[in-house]
Amino acid sequence: MSQALVILLFAFLLIVALVVIRLRDLFSAVMLLGIFSLLSAALFTIMDAVDVAFTEASVGAGISTVLMLATLALTTYREETKKRRKRHVLPPLFAVVLTGAALVYGTFDMPRYGDPDAPIHKHVAPDYLKSDERTGIPNVVTSVLASYRGYDTFGETTVIFTAALGVLLLLGGRKKNEEEGS
Amino acid sequence: MKPIAQKRNAVLRVSLRPLIPFIMLFALYVQFHGDFGPGGGFQAGVIFAAALVLYVLLFGNEQARKVLNRKWMETLVAAGVFIYGGTGVVSIFLGGKFLEYDVLAHDTVHGQERGVFWVELGVGITVTAVMTTLFLTFVEYRAARRSGK
Repeated sequence: MSQALVILLFAFLLIVALVVIRLRDLFSAVMLLGIFSLLSAALFTIMDAVDVAFTEASVGAGISTVLMLATLALTTYREETKKRRKRHVLPPLFAVVLTGAALVYGTFDMPRYGDPDAPIHKHVAPDYLKSDERTGIPNVVTSVLASYRGYDTFGETTVIFTAALGVLLLLGGRKKNEEEGS
Repeated sequence: MKPIAQKRNAVLRVSLRPLIPFIMLFALYVQFHGDFGPGGGFQAGVIFAAALVLYVLLFGNEQARKVLNRKWMETLVAAGVFIYGGTGVVSIFLGGKFLEYDVLAHDTVHGQERGVFWVELGVGITVTAVMTTLFLTFVEYRAARRSGK
């Protein structure tokens, strides 16, 4: 059952991705990207990565869609189409297929999904899974993010802070300049 | 931006307005229940910001700015990072390393819980303020450009 659901979701993911590439209407493209995020969130939920799914649903499908739409309102809703010149199709196709084949070949060395003997489950993961004895927090993800990896999360918060700083410097100062100018 | 409330869309106004407090309440739940279930400061901040964005969409940016005062929002953007970094500095003063929560309470487990609480609160405040500020700035820039034309 779950297997069929995963295949179905991946099929939808692929269809949405292909449609987004073909679309010239940016409004629809942004909406479809939101759907893409929601489908990813569903896949993460099936993989039991609820925290990641939660983030994907709220950030990917929620806020980033809103921010992209706000950006479209500032710019344009249609992608500019240049006059179609005759393009060479074969070299890029060759490069893409070659890269894809290399990536797929690389996955053959990876341990099976959910394999308990995979290296990633042998290193620090057993320590993390016992983290509630140390931090008193049952949700391992929270204790890893906020305590074990506190520096990383501090960095992330600073990145978000910087994003607001950048936007405010670029767009927020407009009113003040106009007042000074007039 | 013309608020939806002034246009003909009564259905949106009536159906979405009561949702705002519940979205905010859910965000607070995600924030403070992140220790036990999925979620945490980041997700809570985004959900809270979604409620505020909905408010801006329904009532327009001018009305929203009365609540989300520019000065306050910009202070909150920095306040979250300050709380996060401050937790680290406090743990230095209590004899630990930067962001070493063990020293924040009488024993290490409570110290960890306390540290994570403040750190997550900092993340939540910054994310809420940043997301709302980004959206409001975009909307105001557009409004200013339109009135300029």
